[in-house]
Amino acid sequence: MKSIKQMLIKEFLQIRRDRLMMPIILVAPIIQVILLGYAATVDVRNIGLAVCDMDNSPDSRALVTRFTNTGYFTVTGWAKEPDGVDEYLNASEAVIGIVIPRGFGRDISSGRTSTLQLIADGADANTANISLNYARQITVGYSQGLLVEQVRRLGGGRQVPQITPVTRVWYNPELRSANYMVPGVVALILMIITTTFTSASIVKEREIGTMEQLLVTPMKPSQLLLGKLLPYVLIGLVDVLLTLGVAVNWFDIPLKGSVITLFGLSGLFILTTLGLGLFVSTISHTQQQAMMTAQFFVFFPMIFLSGFTFPIENMPAAIQVITYLVPLRYFLEIIRGLFLKGVGMETLWPEALALLVFGVTILSLSVSRFQKRLA
Amino acid sequence: MNLAPIVRKEFRQISRDRRALGILVFLPGLLLVLVGYALNFDVKNLSVAVVDEDRSPESRHFVQSLTGSEYLVHKWSLDDRSGIDRLLEEGEAQVALVIPRGFAHAMIEGKSIQVQVIVDGANANTAAIAAGYVALGIQDYSSRVLAQWLERHGAHILVPIDIRPRLLFNPELKTAKYLVPGLFGLILMLSTVISTSLSVVREKELGTMEQLKTSPLKAYEIIIGKAVPYLGIALLAATLILVLGWLMFDVSVRGSLLVLYVAIFIFLLAGLGQGLVISSVAKNQQIAFFISVFSSLLPAFLLSGFVFPLSSMPMILQVIANILPTKYFLVIVRAVILKGVGIGPVWDQFLALSLFSAFAIGLSSIRLHRELSS
Repeated sequence: MKSIKQMLIKEFLQIRRDRLMMPIILVAPIIQVILLGYAATVDVRNIGLAVCDMDNSPDSRALVTRFTNTGYFTVTGWAKEPDGVDEYLNASEAVIGIVIPRGFGRDISSGRTSTLQLIADGADANTANISLNYARQITVGYSQGLLVEQVRRLGGGRQVPQITPVTRVWYNPELRSANYMVPGVVALILMIITTTFTSASIVKEREIGTMEQLLVTPMKPSQLLLGKLLPYVLIGLVDVLLTLGVAVNWFDIPLKGSVITLFGLSGLFILTTLGLGLFVSTISHTQQQAMMTAQFFVFFPMIFLSGFTFPIENMPAAIQVITYLVPLRYFLEIIRGLFLKGVGMETLWPEALALLVFGVTILSLSVSRFQKRLA
Repeated sequence: MNLAPIVRKEFRQISRDRRALGILVFLPGLLLVLVGYALNFDVKNLSVAVVDEDRSPESRHFVQSLTGSEYLVHKWSLDDRSGIDRLLEEGEAQVALVIPRGFAHAMIEGKSIQVQVIVDGANANTAAIAAGYVALGIQDYSSRVLAQWLERHGAHILVPIDIRPRLLFNPELKTAKYLVPGLFGLILMLSTVISTSLSVVREKELGTMEQLKTSPLKAYEIIIGKAVPYLGIALLAATLILVLGWLMFDVSVRGSLLVLYVAIFIFLLAGLGQGLVISSVAKNQQIAFFISVFSSLLPAFLLSGFVFPLSSMPMILQVIANILPTKYFLVIVRAVILKGVGIGPVWDQFLALSLFSAFAIGLSSIRLHRELSS
């Protein structure tokens, strides 16, 4: 017990002495949450709209105003000819083009049908899909309103059948993607910080030769390892606290579930990330190799395959199977469930169990590799 | 110019570090497979839970026509609203629909009725798309009912607006087609900024830079000699993405290959310049790595329009994105590959990209020249 304490003191002294370490451990996570919280959003707003209004009547202008009034669309170009709309789309200055034909106002007010063209830049499939949906909803709503009005005029206040959807969004009523993304960012940063520092700190001892010195001390390898890993568990938990603070106070994301459950399960997740860091350290000779390996062969696949931005349900079946091997996936489900839906252990226990199995497996595998390397 | 020896030395050094080489060659392929196969924003097969309080032929017809698409699937039928909670909480259903009593009556008698739609908003993007599908489906159904009703009552009024949607460039709306060209920015930044800065700083750290300085090589020869191999590897990586993207995901270049490669070349120069500037600032590889990742990889991922739409970001991030080269590069690459345009519509992007390149190369030459001649 005493030697572990000595080891802990040494580790913390070392962390404190490196002038870049403290800022990276304490300040970088905060900056990262803020940056990622703002940037990592797939909200579709301020969609560029190119308008070709060949009618130029009060009705056609009213339709365009309807588009801009929703807040989703901003007119970025006026074209005289329909072909002009394509040019705005080619140059990526607009995502949606709208062509209002001549005679639009006359037709729609006299019970005839006028054909409206909506052109979407499909290159960005997601933005195109959402924008086109908005555009169609606005237009159909306008059309419906006109129809009802005409019928009323004809029949003297007669009622017509109409179905209106009353949409309510649960868990995230304003549909802020920050509510979904920021908890994910908290998980991501916890993983990056703990994995990188664990691997780098072990490889550093090896690189500068101090690992040998530690080995000749009366400490057992297991005590050495415990002393090396414990500080990063602590740092990980402090970072959870900091990033949670930013999520709740800066981004106003309500934490509906229990804070204690969140911390407990974060500790479970740290088991896995430490195991990964230790594993990376056993296959790297230099710090640079350790950083590169962690970045490109651990973080990249994890970010893409965990459901951090891209929904797992949309992946092909074979890849969905692979995602079950990504520990970040389970922690994301936990942290999002706690933040957005306020669920508790009764819903989250399968994920928690998966994390526990992962953590124990990866950690014991890495520990045995580490001890083999020492011997 | 006496470049051959230093180029040869650099190549030999690169091939000796197996892991770095592996990252430079293997990673583009890995990323391409991930991005092409795994990443998809398509929202399809949403599970719908239905609470039909009316239980009439009309309400059943309504549900049938609303959920008969690949987007919305009628998966649960509930007796009352209390079951919705659990289904949404556990993610078993993403949308719930409540049809009130009196639905059939309203349809026949010509009355307005409200149908409640509940959407799981946890993932805002999916929720927005789902809510859009449902709302459009309901509006559409409502229009048809109204048209039939009018016909029955002998009114000669047609639906005022008929929408003709037309999708350009990527009519099947495949996410892969958008993301694959976007990968260029990420991978080329990796093989230029990070590799160049690390390779120069390593020489400094190991002290071999001194040896190079005392050789008869001139300063600019050292710089060009160090840059050429990475330029070659990056061009290879770019070609690899292009060929694999075409073979695996059917992403073919609609525009001119020449324009595409000119853009790639200018972008590579920008990356090299940036890497060299970093190497002149950083004292050790660890710092060089951190600065490189923060100034190139992160923005290429976040602030380039690769995945996240720039127009939705706060002003300050948009300003930063406008200073960095990747955004311009991606607009050009996507325009040439997906839209088949020439330089014409994207000349301003070319100008901005070239300006950044010239600035980065100029600054790095000045700094490195000073350092190497001292």
